[in-house]
Amino acid sequence: MKNYLNDETTIWSWVATTDHKRIGLMFFVLTILALMVGGTFALLLRLEHLTPRYTIMSAFAYNQTFTLHGVIMVWFFLIPSIPSVFGNFFVPIMLGAQDVAFPRINLFTVYLYLAGALVVFIGMVVGGTDTGWTFYPPYSAQTYTALMPVLVGVFILGFSTILTGLNLIVTIHTLRAKGMGWMQMPLFCWAMYGVSVIQVLATPVLGMVLLLLTIDHGLDWGLFDPARGGDVVLFQHLFWFYSHPAVYIMILPAMGVISEVIPTFAHKNPLSYRAIAYSTFGIAFIGFLTWGHHMFVSGMSTFDAGIFGILSMFVAVFSAIKVFTWTGTLYKGAVSLKTPLVYVFGFLFLFVFGGMTGVAQATTSLDVHWHDTYFIVAHFHFIMVGASLTAWLAAVHYWWPKMFGRMYPEKWAIAAAILVLLGFVGTFFPQFLLGNGGMPRRYYHYAEKFQPLHVMSTAGSWVLALGLLLALVYLLWSLFYGERAPRNPWGSRSFEWSAPTPPPKHNFEATPVFPPSAYDYSRPVEF
Amino acid sequence: MHAPPLQHHFPDIEQQRHAAKLGTWIFLSSELLFFNALFAIYAFYRVKYPEMFQVGVSHNMKWLGTINTAILILGSVCIASAVNFLRLARRGPAIFLTLVTCLCGIGYITIKSIEYGFHFDEGIYPGGAGHFFVEHPEHGLKAFFTTYFLLTGLHMIHVAIAVAILGWMAWWVHRDRIGPWGAYRLGLVALYWHFVDTIWLFLWPMFYLMGART
Repeated sequence: MKNYLNDETTIWSWVATTDHKRIGLMFFVLTILALMVGGTFALLLRLEHLTPRYTIMSAFAYNQTFTLHGVIMVWFFLIPSIPSVFGNFFVPIMLGAQDVAFPRINLFTVYLYLAGALVVFIGMVVGGTDTGWTFYPPYSAQTYTALMPVLVGVFILGFSTILTGLNLIVTIHTLRAKGMGWMQMPLFCWAMYGVSVIQVLATPVLGMVLLLLTIDHGLDWGLFDPARGGDVVLFQHLFWFYSHPAVYIMILPAMGVISEVIPTFAHKNPLSYRAIAYSTFGIAFIGFLTWGHHMFVSGMSTFDAGIFGILSMFVAVFSAIKVFTWTGTLYKGAVSLKTPLVYVFGFLFLFVFGGMTGVAQATTSLDVHWHDTYFIVAHFHFIMVGASLTAWLAAVHYWWPKMFGRMYPEKWAIAAAILVLLGFVGTFFPQFLLGNGGMPRRYYHYAEKFQPLHVMSTAGSWVLALGLLLALVYLLWSLFYGERAPRNPWGSRSFEWSAPTPPPKHNFEATPVFPPSAYDYSRPVEF
Repeated sequence: MHAPPLQHHFPDIEQQRHAAKLGTWIFLSSELLFFNALFAIYAFYRVKYPEMFQVGVSHNMKWLGTINTAILILGSVCIASAVNFLRLARRGPAIFLTLVTCLCGIGYITIKSIEYGFHFDEGIYPGGAGHFFVEHPEHGLKAFFTTYFLLTGLHMIHVAIAVAILGWMAWWVHRDRIGPWGAYRLGLVALYWHFVDTIWLFLWPMFYLMGART
């Protein structure tokens, strides 16, 4: 049968496609490549820290490696990994639409991503940069490394993010199937809506601040140079005004995935649809008011720090609402333990752990102790990798059958999931202890006493990499040899499963008529 | 006159129109935040160097800024009327007024460039370069003129983009590619013009009026 993959097969039909599914798929491939590059840098960093002194690279190369690891993982993998891939692919199908609102703009986002990636890649080839992914001046205005291409590349990529957000917002507003109210949308669409608002409103601020830094670095205007009346902390404020909400660009889509996977595998209504939907907006809104917690030690007044600390703790309130709703959904559900759900269990544990350490750090007195140590590194990796990457893996396995029409091998997948989760904890749990013991982040040399924990962390990174590699291998294998997937292998009630597998070019054979709820497990499955 | 082209993924033309309008508004909100970063920087440095910002404001030529304000508002009036004429299927006046708006944009850019020329003559360049800053080494003046060049420069780029799109729209109306059914499209470009105009309505007091010593 004709589907979106084999409907047209020329190269032109791919590079000039306006089909949201093909665009999602191209982003899927690109973001996986980014993950592999960023992951390789991570493995090299961990390998370097096997010994307290020189292991495989110089201090300079070490600085370049952690900078590129951060830049690539944050902007080229984590931020687009769910919205540009699964958001693009599934939001229109979930709404019963044939495409996103602006298909050509959607295609443009792929090329913006490619252009941004190319410019960063050029920067990498001509020597990379050593500022860290946060680009703090005054050092960033002075470094002689290839900072410009990295800034320009991320600047270009930002527009890709903004336009994806714009497209998803307009799609959700205008292309819902006849009769589908806001409260009938699958929860993933709510998450995509929330994240799109952040993308549209926060990313331009990053764009501007990167532009200004490019000017400061290239033309030496000294806008952030204290020697000439500029202010470096101003840069930090503007940078984190984007980059803190960016954390929610990474976590809200993950939460959307969790909200889809749990009802499907618990065969049960979400405990409260509204609680999950509204708390998304709680996080999206409060996320704009917490950036100051990155600067507790940058000369901020105690009063301001207290306000930012309290606002930051509010994020935990909304997150807890979600976590309780999810676990409440699992409670007394008819749980079938498939790979996506294994990742969800991992997510719940790691997200709560990472979140709680976040609340602890929002307390100013504790933050002074942990600031710029491995404790911070461990905390944000628990959220970005432990939660976001895990949810991304859940999404990959959950929607794989629908996207490619093939089942992945369940046993191998569960084995890989266990490796990933164990490897993750092995890598990052020791880093909490390292940080609390006084190990500063971004240091090349470290005291001998930290070595055992560093070795544990490095060993963990190998297990994590092994798990991811295993997943890559069996997923590629399943594309050719996997069992053919039925229309709705999980017995889900969510609307995307009503489309044929894989979906045809315009998603549905006929105008879809959806049942009133995407989660009504009291009735037999209709598709 | 052509029928409105309906894209396959929209159920009807009304929906398609709604999507275009919403998309434009969201785009403008994103643009606003782009400018906002610079507004925040301006506010920060103005609080840090209040006296020097007053000196800077007094230094700028109020009458040039004011003429430019009038020109942009005139453009807004013209483009709004052009949309209305197109809606009434009166293509001639619609094209004429769109082109007048283009001219307003070009006039604005010309005056702004002349003004930049005056600054350069005095040795005022962005980033505190030029002999003016040798005679006036105060940090605040440098911050004032750097934010001035950044904000007005970015704004001028936006005016230039608006002029280009308006010219293109005038051509489309001339070729009958959009008729009354598509007046909303010209309306969306008008919206962009109004946005650029509104930004200037903040830049004008920020750089010419607020705290000027008369």
